Formats: sequence, C-alpha cells, structure tokens
Amino acid sequence: MAETFVRKFNQSKYLLLLFIPCLIYYILFRYFPMFGVIISFKEYNIFKGVINSPWVGFKYYEMFFQSHDFYKLLRNTFLLGLYKLLFGFPAPILLALMLNEVKQRIFKKFVQSISYLPHFISNVVVVSMILMFLSPSSGIVNQLIQAFGMDPVNFMSRPELFRAIYVLSEVWQHTGWEAILYLAALSSIDPMLYEAAEMDGASRWKKTIHITLPGIVPVIIVLFILNIGSVLDISFEKVFLLYNPAIYETSDILSTFVYRTGLGQGNFSYASAVDVFTGIIGLIFIYSANSISRKVGETSVW
Amino acid sequence: MKYRLSWGKLLIVLFLLFVVAVTLYPFIYMISVSLSKDIYVLKGQISLWPKGLNFKVYRLVLEDPRIVKGYLNTAIYVIVGTTVSLIVTAAGAYAVSKKEMLFYRTFTLLIVFTIFFGGGMIPTFLVVKSLGLIDTRWAMILPTAVVSWYLIIMRTFFSAFPKELEESAKIDGLNDFGIFFRLVLPLSKAVLATIGLFYAVSIWNNFYSALLYLRNSDLFPLQVVLRNIVLAGQVNSVKVTSIGQDSLIVEESLKYATIIVSTVPILLIYPFLQKYFSQGAMVGSVKG
Repeated sequence: MAETFVRKFNQSKYLLLLFIPCLIYYILFRYFPMFGVIISFKEYNIFKGVINSPWVGFKYYEMFFQSHDFYKLLRNTFLLGLYKLLFGFPAPILLALMLNEVKQRIFKKFVQSISYLPHFISNVVVVSMILMFLSPSSGIVNQLIQAFGMDPVNFMSRPELFRAIYVLSEVWQHTGWEAILYLAALSSIDPMLYEAAEMDGASRWKKTIHITLPGIVPVIIVLFILNIGSVLDISFEKVFLLYNPAIYETSDILSTFVYRTGLGQGNFSYASAVDVFTGIIGLIFIYSANSISRKVGETSVW
Repeated sequence: MKYRLSWGKLLIVLFLLFVVAVTLYPFIYMISVSLSKDIYVLKGQISLWPKGLNFKVYRLVLEDPRIVKGYLNTAIYVIVGTTVSLIVTAAGAYAVSKKEMLFYRTFTLLIVFTIFFGGGMIPTFLVVKSLGLIDTRWAMILPTAVVSWYLIIMRTFFSAFPKELEESAKIDGLNDFGIFFRLVLPLSKAVLATIGLFYAVSIWNNFYSALLYLRNSDLFPLQVVLRNIVLAGQVNSVKVTSIGQDSLIVEESLKYATIIVSTVPILLIYPFLQKYFSQGAMVGSVKG
C-alpha cells in the first residue's frame, strides 16, 4: 500500500506541483469561508475572532425564523427566481428556434452577435441605464408616456413594479447568450432527418415539432435542472444597485439583507446564519431537481 | 435553393429585427444624447440621431480625475488579475485532467463541490479581512481568482489533448512540468485566449469585490466610480459650472457619456469572445 502510494506520488509530483496554487486558492477562499460559517453558531466578536467567540447554538437561526423579515425575504427571493425562470427560460429557446429557421448566414450571424452583447455589460451599467430611462423627470420612458398625454410614472417607488423590471432586464441581458447552447444543439441535428421529412412532404412547422424540438430536448432538460437548482441565485449586484428603501417590500432579498445586516450593521453572526440558510435551501433545490429528473427521465446532471 | 416568401418567414425576420432593435436602441440613444447639444436634450427631442453634434461632455468626462483614476485602477486589476487567474486555472486544470494523478478524485471533488455550495458573503469577507487584503489591490484579484466553471472547461480541453504528443515529449526527457509549459500551453492558445477574455470581462465588470473589500477611493475601480457618478449622483458640479457662459451642461448627457466611456472596451472586445465560446460554454454546462 505504502509502496504504491510512494510510487504514485513520485509519478505525479510535478502534476501536484502544478495544482498547488489552485489548491491554496480553494482552501483559502472557498473552504476557509465554509468553515467560517461556524460564526453563525457563535456570538461573533471582532476582537475575539472566529475561534474565541462564545457559542450560542441556534440562537441566530431561531431569531431569523421568528423575525418578520423571514417570510418577506424568502418570498421575494423565491418569486424573483420563479419569474426569472418562467420568462427567462423559454426566451432563449424561442430565439434559437427562430434563428435556426434563418438560412441567410450573414443575417443570422448579425442577429446573434448583437443579441449577446448585453451579457457582457456590467450590472452597474445596466442598472444605470434602467434607472435613467425610467427616471420620472428626464427618462425616455416617461417622455414617451407623457407624449401620450398620461402622467409620468415613478417606476422605482412602486413596489409592485420591481419584479417586472428586474425580470425584464434579466431577459434583455441574457437571452442572446443563453441561446448559444441551444443553437449548438440545433446545429448538431442530422440534416438527413430534414431531407427525409421533406421527401415525405412535411411542412416547416411539422419539421420543427417532430425533428427540431426533439433534437434539443436533452439540452432543454439539463438546462432546466440547472436553472431550477439556481432559482435562488438572484444576482446580488443587480438587486443591490437597483433597489431602494421605498420598495424593500418586494425587492429586498436574502443576499441584500445579509449585506445590510452583516457589513452595514456589523451583525456578522446573524448575517452568516441567513447566508447558511440560503446556501442550504439552494443545495436542496439542486438536489431535488436532479433526483426528480433522474426518476422521470434518464437525464441527470451528475 | 428555392426562394419562397411566406408569412412565417416574414414573421421570423420581423421578430429578429425587433430583437436587434431592442438590444441596440438603448446604446444608440445614450450615444445620441451624449453627443447632442444641451438644448435639444433638455427639450427631450433626441430619439435616434444626435442633434447639434458636439463632444463637449466627453471632454469633461475624460478630464474627470476620478474617471481617469478608475480607468487606471481597473486596467491594473484586469491585467494582473487575468494573468494570475489564467496561470492558476490552467495549471490546476491540467493537473486534474490527468486521471492517474495522486488525489485526482479528491481534487476534482474539491473543485466541483464549490459550484454547489459556498461559505457566503460574510465568512468570505472575514477571511479576506484576516488575510489583510481589505483596502489593497489584491482584494480585487485574489478572492475571485479561479472560477470553477472555467477550470472545468479547461480541464475538458486538456483531457482531449493528444496523448501521443505528451508521451513522445516524456521520452525526450520532459517531466509533466515541462510538458505543460513547453508543449501543452503553446498549443492551447485558443482556449487560453477565450478563458482569458472571460476573466478579463468579469474583472472589468466586478463591482461586488470593490463594494465589499475597498474603502479607499484611490483604489476604486471604474465600476464604483461609475456608480458614484451615475447612481449616487455625485456629478462633478464645480467643473460643470466653471465651464461657464453659454455652455450649459446637462447632467443627463454627462451621465450617458460616462456610461459609454466605461463600456467602450467591452464593446470593442466582445466580438472576439464569440469565436470559441460556443464550444466552451457547451462543454462547461452540459458535461460539467
């Protein structure tokens, strides 16, 4: 045993050497924080540090579950994720199917290249654009509304509009990019199938239903699982930049709450408890999405 | 090829043109407003093309010391950060692309697990703080140095590397270290360029790390400067009024110009990103 270990070590020592920087990174910035979550079970004190702060058990978890923020934060996070899934998931499929029908290469390439531009724009820029376009005094949207003789709308002070604004901006930003995966799957469909269908007199619509769609169903399923798994992964950056106290009612989510409680008010233990809770819910989502798909079909992510 | 115009085809083309318009219009509008004469902006008369073309606000934006400093800082973060990220990721990815490596399973699991679970914002902040990185340039580089997805994409790429080449290099007396640096890396320029550009874009756009780890305004990257100017409304009013007399500066034009100036580099490089990423993105999300 020991001998094979030594031999194997000798064989792979240079590979291990190559892995060392990576290992250090993962231990420092990924695994230390994971052990750092113990502060959610402690009364963290900056001067005492993580190790020496006294234990308090589940105090902060109970505090969170009993607070009136709990329901609101969970609902807001979940609803934003759900609406994003509902509108953001089918959009790239639709775009890919449309692009697939276009036979002129140059036009197709042009539309595609334009469509994923917003994916690379920073959240600060996207949010700046949203807030300026929607501004009640000078925004172009309100100029348009006023041109039709209606009163300007103060979009960012109406809690009922926040979800729509967030989801729409996500769709605008990521649809083109996400369509790439479907387009790749579409291009791998055997053209012989289409030729055969044409010989049998199938219409364009029939070909889409019977050849194109089934061809990308595996990709759709895998991406759907991944999307369900990350339903709670709402972009902290975007919500943080976009929201304001007047609309916390619908826009405050778990991660923004963690930021305000932890770094804003210095309540590190409470904030980490909320953080850990979010992480665990996320794990449950991924795990159940994967096991459901494993039971229903043969596809699974792992 | 037969050419038949049908309603379906027309509808599709119209829909796609709509997508293009919706994507591009916001940018065109911002550019037009920022290039237009103030009076037309104030009257809200700009819709597509600039009216009374002038570059006044751009001169103001480029003379703003905060923006200049932000640009320089971001450039440093992007250059150093991308280099560090690429080296660490590529070396790590090459190691875990070799199944015969000791601890192969452990290391792979170590990486994959972080995709599904992380310590979260506060514990990460405390680690960064205890490492003494708060308010240093490294805070913009190290905590986000490796993206697990990119590492997995690279691993998939390296594991498709022809075995015969590596074996012949071994016979010629190279060890794994030498093979990686002298054989594999030079032959992997495509994947390095792609992942490198991805890292560069994400560092350019990174607001999160700066928000959490930086307090010193001398270190602020462009994104924070942009946010302070556009969202927090800290327009440099002294400068604006001192330009004097007939030239009234509209805050809106100034903000749009700031947005455009800080987005131009992305607009310039993103077309290069598309070359390889369709395969890359595919590998990463489906076989991951």
